[in-house]
Amino acid sequence: MIRILGALIGLGFTVVVLWAFGNGAYSAMTEDVAATAEHEFYLSPKDVDFQHEGAFGTWDLAQVQRGYQVYKEVCAVCHSMKFVAFRDFAEIDYTEEEVKALAAEVQVPGIDPNTGEATMRAGVPTDYFPSPYPNKVAAAAANNNAIPPDLSLMTKARGHGTEYVYSLLTGYGPIPEELSEEFPEFTTPTGLYFNQYFPNLNLAMAPPLTSAGQVTYADGTEATVDQMAKDVSAFLTWTAEPTLVKRKQTGWPVLGFLLFATILAFMSKKYVWSSVKPKTED
Amino acid sequence: MSYPWAREYEPKTGLTKFLDEKLPLPRLVYNAVGAGYPVPRNLSYMWNFGVLAGFFLVVQIVTGIVLAMHYAANAEVAFATTEHIMRDVNWGWLMRYAHANGASFFFIVVYIHIFRGLFYSSYKAPREMIWLLGVVIFLLMMATAFMGYVLPWGQMSFWGAKVITGLFGAIPLVGEPLQVWLLGGFAPDNAALNRFFSLHFLLPFVIAGVVILHIWALHIPGSSNPTGVEVKSESDTLPFHPYYTAKDGFGLGVVLLFFMAMVFFLPNALGHPDNYIEANPLATPAHIVPEWYFWPFYAILRAFTADFILSAKLWGVIAMFASILVWFFLPWLDKSPVRSGHYRPMFRKFFWFGLIPAMIVLFICGGAPAEEPYVMASQIATAYYFLHFLVILPLISSLEKPEPLPYSITEAVLGSDKKAVLGENTTPAV
Amino acid sequence: MADTTGTATPEAAVEHGEDGVRRRDFINIAAIGAAGVGGASVLLPLISQMAPSEDVLAESSTEVDISAIEPGQAIKAIFRKQPLFVRRLTEKEIAEAGAVNAGSLRDPQTLEERTKEGHRDILVTMGVCTHLGCVPLGAAEGEVKGEFGGYFCPCHGSHYDTAGRIRKGPAPTNLEVPEYVFTSDTVIQAG
Repeated sequence: MIRILGALIGLGFTVVVLWAFGNGAYSAMTEDVAATAEHEFYLSPKDVDFQHEGAFGTWDLAQVQRGYQVYKEVCAVCHSMKFVAFRDFAEIDYTEEEVKALAAEVQVPGIDPNTGEATMRAGVPTDYFPSPYPNKVAAAAANNNAIPPDLSLMTKARGHGTEYVYSLLTGYGPIPEELSEEFPEFTTPTGLYFNQYFPNLNLAMAPPLTSAGQVTYADGTEATVDQMAKDVSAFLTWTAEPTLVKRKQTGWPVLGFLLFATILAFMSKKYVWSSVKPKTED
Repeated sequence: MSYPWAREYEPKTGLTKFLDEKLPLPRLVYNAVGAGYPVPRNLSYMWNFGVLAGFFLVVQIVTGIVLAMHYAANAEVAFATTEHIMRDVNWGWLMRYAHANGASFFFIVVYIHIFRGLFYSSYKAPREMIWLLGVVIFLLMMATAFMGYVLPWGQMSFWGAKVITGLFGAIPLVGEPLQVWLLGGFAPDNAALNRFFSLHFLLPFVIAGVVILHIWALHIPGSSNPTGVEVKSESDTLPFHPYYTAKDGFGLGVVLLFFMAMVFFLPNALGHPDNYIEANPLATPAHIVPEWYFWPFYAILRAFTADFILSAKLWGVIAMFASILVWFFLPWLDKSPVRSGHYRPMFRKFFWFGLIPAMIVLFICGGAPAEEPYVMASQIATAYYFLHFLVILPLISSLEKPEPLPYSITEAVLGSDKKAVLGENTTPAV
Repeated sequence: MADTTGTATPEAAVEHGEDGVRRRDFINIAAIGAAGVGGASVLLPLISQMAPSEDVLAESSTEVDISAIEPGQAIKAIFRKQPLFVRRLTEKEIAEAGAVNAGSLRDPQTLEERTKEGHRDILVTMGVCTHLGCVPLGAAEGEVKGEFGGYFCPCHGSHYDTAGRIRKGPAPTNLEVPEYVFTSDTVIQAG
């Protein structure tokens, strides 16, 4: 009885899902699926090498520091970085004094101890990065309704995040001719910028890195657009996961020990079972 | 309850004698996973996964309790406290990555455990209750995992909660009030986050309770084995300890190697980047996908794209739940007297060339965007899924002519020159 | 108990001879030992995760502006999430504290040992009674200062004098003087 009922239910589901299949097949045959420019001209992030990549990668601290300079002088005008505190900079090779000095460069909201009124005070190492806008509405209003995203976790929040950031920063350009030929109606609306590394090809952020020497590196590295993009990508990888290198460095001894223990477990298993293994010749 | 030749626990020291009289816990352990539990001697490595699933339940509970010490279930700060765990808490990143990947590994070992049960028909009499409890555990795991994924309050957390509770909205009449009741609001917010946290903390202990019942039920008929032939004599079994403790120890080492490699070197590979974006009720991610372990069922949900008397949405919801509920009826749908797929030629073909490919297709389609050819592929696979369990399995249990079984487990392991003529599939799987 | 029947039990291994047994035992002990070491090392992160996290450790210093404190007055600040008392002593209070023979006290300390050179009138102590951690009275205007004119803990009746030293009651030691420095004449930094 249960099997007859079961078969009926099974056939019922099959009929319904095949009906859906038939409908889908019919519309697939009769209607053209319009190709979209986003689908055909979006490019996956470029492959760039970074020292922190790979199972043995370590931070290029000089590069991360340069990246911070790019963030501070270019990105921070619009983008917040709310999960990073100045004290964290001790991890990328800044001394305690330098951390204090970096913190003191920014003004953070404070309270006047005498009157209780809201004021601004110089930052201290325990402060987190201040947001360039007081709230989301202000951020939207100042940026043509596109709120600049927080950058703390940006490289983890996108596939191949480090490469994505680099590709996006260096990926601005004119609309290619092939695209215009294939999709004549495709345009970049005013206030947006064409970028093939952005999923829908039109990005609200104006090209932030435009000319070589936009920042002046203290260590004398030539500040080409490519170099600045790479440096800031490395920096944002660090902000997204400050524990990245420590994690990999902890992983090796753990795996080594586990391998050793597993081999021992295998030998132990073999010895325990050796007395009951069937004889091959009998 | 156990075989007559099972060894009896003999307390030797004063302390163990005292304990055995007052609270025979050592005796319980001895009989459950010690030398007092005789186990078929021919279990393959496929039989390791029950113990491994238990291990990952413990990993999840331990790391989960640790994370709960630092996490705050409030929509304002949930995302920030998760980042606090990742950045500031000592070893917090390790705890969180172990918990996130531990969930994935829990599902991997449980899926292998389930499909081992399907291939060897472990659900058949006298083991129906073990199977039923197992399906209950799986359902509880799915609920727990879903609610856990909401807690970091990233974009996928938020939209996953919205979409999955939206499924209940498909139920006629009571659907929408039910959805609002589940969320404690009109969209996921503090109320939903807090209750999900509370239940996410509670359910693992419920799972642990059902696991104890699952093991209890297992010890009544004893473990099945790759031949599917019941234990006949002492020579068919070995004591669990030291034989299977040693074997499980090795299996655990191998799985831990994979687990730790993921935790330390690819901790985010099984997650979705969008969950590192804080929840935003005003912007939906381009593709909402659940965690990978839900993909096959998510594909069944989305396979129903056309109305047929009922709305397509309702069909999808019914089919998704039915796809798991059908497992409850397997002991009564499959009437073949032979258990092991090794001796069932037709069943074997449908298993390897029907069910497994269908599951793989459903898995791929569940993770893919809702566009062709994924939708049509998932529809074919969904049809096969239901046909397999509800039509093919009952039919072949009548039609099929099983291959000859070995006389006993011992014979299957050691070979025999005098017993019944054996099929070629009797080589031991050990 | 021949192996060929397949009925071997663990005892059968004994027949493998002395060396076999020893080697097998050694491997088993090593495997169990490795599992033990692995299990124990998991305890390290499990235990240390409960220690103060980095953001808590980083907030372990506090600056206090003392310019507005009049002699005889005290202020309460917060240092490591606990009250910090900063008090400007009057001439009379300094004299009282100095008149006591330090050696006769439960926790012998002089006022000089408890204040900084050049700022003898500034007494910085934790506002945490050394008995069981209550906040003593006496820092705010109008509060009871106890029998010795310093601080008084209402929980179990500990009296502290004008140098914050325990004089009467159950507290075992003087109010703790935290590490602090004068970053200027009017600002101290604790921690």
